Amino acid sequence: MATLVGGITSSHIPAVGIATTKRLFDDPYWKPFFDGYVPVREWMEKVKPDVVISIYNDHGLNFFLDQVSTFAIGAAHHYDNADEGWGLKTMPPVPGDPELSWHIIEALNKDEFDLTMCQEMKVDHGLVVPLQVIWPDAEEWPVKVVPVAINTVQHPVPSAKRCYDLGVSIGNAIRSYDEDLKVVVFGTGGMSHQLQGERAGFINKRFDLDFMDKIIDRQQELTALTTTDFIREAGSEGVELIMWLTMRGALGDKVKLLHSNYHAPISNTGAGVMLLEPVE
Amino acid sequence: MSWSKKDYDDIPGTYVFDGRRAVMGWPLNKMCMTLNDEDNREALRQDVEGYCKKFDMSDEQTKAVKDLDALAMLRLGGNIYYMAKLIGAYNLNMQDIGAQMRGITVEEFKDMLLRQGQEVV
Repeated sequence: MATLVGGITSSHIPAVGIATTKRLFDDPYWKPFFDGYVPVREWMEKVKPDVVISIYNDHGLNFFLDQVSTFAIGAAHHYDNADEGWGLKTMPPVPGDPELSWHIIEALNKDEFDLTMCQEMKVDHGLVVPLQVIWPDAEEWPVKVVPVAINTVQHPVPSAKRCYDLGVSIGNAIRSYDEDLKVVVFGTGGMSHQLQGERAGFINKRFDLDFMDKIIDRQQELTALTTTDFIREAGSEGVELIMWLTMRGALGDKVKLLHSNYHAPISNTGAGVMLLEPVE
Repeated sequence: MSWSKKDYDDIPGTYVFDGRRAVMGWPLNKMCMTLNDEDNREALRQDVEGYCKKFDMSDEQTKAVKDLDALAMLRLGGNIYYMAKLIGAYNLNMQDIGAQMRGITVEEFKDMLLRQGQEVV
């Protein structure tokens, strides 16, 4: 059977992709951020997962406002990255695992989560940047990826509780897959940031650190937050933290914290990375 | 047509992209979405008004694009993720535009970000 071996949270800030490409690991601005990924890279090297289920949000590469899917899942052999309009280097295609995708689709459907099913799906920085920062030297990606895209562009976006419950079902689906695979779940995005309006540049360090603390074992306090709570406390784009809660749901009730690092600002954002291990 | 009041309406300086804004901003956002393609970015730079005309944008929306006035675009239904493509077409980034929306310099905007990161909590 497949084993869910861990969960990782990561920001997916485009500037991180650019800094990774330029290898600014020891640059004074970037060092406190990149140093936070060293234990994650070491853990990946040790555990060598086969598949990453990446919970992320698309920012207008694959999805547009003509058809907005609240929850969408890729079911393809590979996923292309492409030009997003502002100068990020296009990264190599990401290999997929369609059999696992369809297993998850069917299991989620039994749990009354009906996802948009995508046999072609471009993946943007929301999915690619975390792969880049964890495997900066990879010429091709060392894992297969199943992308799960959650809408955070068009309101109303799904609630924290709904996303957490989706994560619980994703976790159960992984553990019921009859294939000897090691699976890691990523929750990408956030933390606090606001890109728009007179409030642009808003970061809430206190909220971010509290969120990182509570997601370990008081996650119910976070799933009680409304979308408006997120906008108010974490900024309009901080609502991406629902991706973290989806990941957390997949890991089961109890987790062990193996590593965490917070650094702000990176670009306009509070950047958090966490490595969590499920506890049986 | 009527739009209900929302509990986020009182958050200052924030334009939540809900149905009301999506309806208003449709042509503007549709234009911005085409800017994933370099040929289209070049076509826009060559002739902003002509390019915007293809999308049935309002005169106000076209003027906001021409002026690269981010607050005006937001007020006319622009979505920041799609606007980012327009901003990128002119080699600007989210800090340039953040400073513009705050009415401060880019240096002041960056200092403000640093200060928030240094806050003792």
